[in-house]
Amino acid sequence: MSWLRAHLFSSGPSALATLAIVALAAILLPPFVDWAILDAVWRVEDARECRQAQGACWAFVAEKHRFVLFGTYPFEQHWRPALATLLLVALWAASGLRRLWRWWLALVWAAGLAAIGALMWGGVAGLAYVETERWGGLILTLLLATFGIAFAFPLAVLLALGRRSRLPALRWLCVAYIELVRGVPLISLLFMASVMLPLFLPEGVNLDKLLRAQIALVMFAAAYLAEVVRGGLQAIPPHQYESAEALGLGYWQRTLFVILPQALRIAIPPLVNTVIGLLKDTSLVVVIGLFDLLTSIKVSLQEPAWTGFGVEAYLFASAVYFAFCWALSRYSRSLEHHPARAGTGPSR
Amino acid sequence: MNAATWRGLAAAVALLAPGALFAQSTLDAVRAKGFVQCGVNTGLAGFSQPDSKGVWRGLDVDLCRAVAAAVFGDASKVRFTPLTAQQRFTALQSGEVDVLARNTTWTITRDTSLGLNFVGVNFYDGQGFMVHRKLNVKSAKQLNGATICVQPGTTTELNLADYFRANRMTFKPVVIEKLEEVLNAYFAGRCDVFTTDVSGLVSVRGSRAPNPADHVILPEVISKEPLGPAVRHGDDRWFDVVKWTLFAMIEAEEMGLTSKNIDQALASKDPAVQRFVGATGDIGKMLGLDNRWAFNIVKQVGNYGESFEANLAPLGFERGLNQLWNKGGLLYAPPIR
Repeated sequence: MSWLRAHLFSSGPSALATLAIVALAAILLPPFVDWAILDAVWRVEDARECRQAQGACWAFVAEKHRFVLFGTYPFEQHWRPALATLLLVALWAASGLRRLWRWWLALVWAAGLAAIGALMWGGVAGLAYVETERWGGLILTLLLATFGIAFAFPLAVLLALGRRSRLPALRWLCVAYIELVRGVPLISLLFMASVMLPLFLPEGVNLDKLLRAQIALVMFAAAYLAEVVRGGLQAIPPHQYESAEALGLGYWQRTLFVILPQALRIAIPPLVNTVIGLLKDTSLVVVIGLFDLLTSIKVSLQEPAWTGFGVEAYLFASAVYFAFCWALSRYSRSLEHHPARAGTGPSR
Repeated sequence: MNAATWRGLAAAVALLAPGALFAQSTLDAVRAKGFVQCGVNTGLAGFSQPDSKGVWRGLDVDLCRAVAAAVFGDASKVRFTPLTAQQRFTALQSGEVDVLARNTTWTITRDTSLGLNFVGVNFYDGQGFMVHRKLNVKSAKQLNGATICVQPGTTTELNLADYFRANRMTFKPVVIEKLEEVLNAYFAGRCDVFTTDVSGLVSVRGSRAPNPADHVILPEVISKEPLGPAVRHGDDRWFDVVKWTLFAMIEAEEMGLTSKNIDQALASKDPAVQRFVGATGDIGKMLGLDNRWAFNIVKQVGNYGESFEANLAPLGFERGLNQLWNKGGLLYAPPIR
């Protein structure tokens, strides 16, 4: 009771807001529960049964979930992308545990990614070869985002350092790159990579479509992350630079051991913000015909028997996206709240 | 410089010209890599669409499989590249795909200026009208003064205006961008008529109408949309292979050869059938293929009619223009001899 009083009815406006939200929920929730749970259809033999029903047709998700999660990957081989997805999620989760932050975590990542590659491509250990054109669904979204971040981040740090460099040529180059890429929408970069690039390549050289999309995503993410990192760099007070210099540290020592650890810590919230944005931006690969999670959903809605269940389909997609984005933002909060080691990092 | 030098230069330039861009013939390249790379739609019911198991199905997809059957004797040696409308021509020009079978309308601009060759037509489409049955309309000529739902920005809207002007009729357009919403408007009775390509009308009626029997598609087709597969300009051998793959599927239906009875046809006494299945003659050799090429197409993929029945008939498509020439349609394959 006292908790209620303290948190929900502490003042006039607060009480009013609480009541308004309760009233809104009372109006909106029952019809939604009716639709989503009570009247919903969970299993059907034939899509037509769904059309008679009043509620949601979750049978759509039951019928199509394998296509949505794995795209056009060979059906009997779905355990491979499933295992790869689990591996990737496990790698991310492990990287979130502070006590696993050792140098060998990099080796674990390398081994994990190699295993994922072997699983997805096959061609080794008796696994049938599967070309990247058949990769699809959730694993594609996750792979595009993972590799996008993995390659964009180092590039972004270099770009940010370059932009603050004292060498004019280097500075201008970095500024030009960042402004140029930020100046165009991701869609046009994807189009350039997918439609224009093949025309410029010599005959016989065919860069994989997935690889081209990945390069475009890396270029795009790097420009945005670079600005975030620069924000962190600028927040470091000048005396930090000066004291490091006074200790006789060279440029790289100064940057790697004094400046960057502090700057990146400051930049965590906007960094994660950009990463979450990138995870969702991967759905733009729809414009070049790659079947990521969202495209798979759209395509499965095209089948005549199952058209018209868009609400159910997109709710399912948003649940999956939400799970990943929410986990990421929780992770970033834990990073902010635990100073890694005493002594480094700005005091709070 | 003397004349010989000039001739040499001219020859060098000719070698570098676009025709020589793909110096290796597509057929050889396809054989070397071991599969046909086929560009298809990212998802269009009946034409190319992955099913719940992720297997590509559709009329265009079957054509791709047929090309693989003709070249390799194995319809599974094909890989599909889903392409968006913007990507499709570049993908073919750049060599990313060997065949483009993506419900593409054959027009003179595309045939001449885009560096591609249409091998024929595998589906005759065109714009039509769907009306509520209770209005008791039998012909588009009776639509004077009707309210018509249409999506903007396409040739559909222009064709509609042209047709009504030519027939001295008036109409009230209801222009809505989103397919979802334009359909709701029509089914809710805001419009008397909904117009788009007949293939679209059929699939909408079959899948979205609360009661399909309440809606009639009028017999008038007011525009020509011949959809066909295309290959790159400048490789006539590959052009021949894909073109005759399509013709073989049509010819097989005309001869009554299906995937079920083609095995018996091997022993047929009919000279035309003997030539078709490769029991006599060297027709496959002339194409640079195995003499069993057409047999393999029909055996593994089926004839045109079988493909139509499997992919389009379940959606409510009728043969219409896509019937054989001797049954009132437009499908006509030159003789295979």
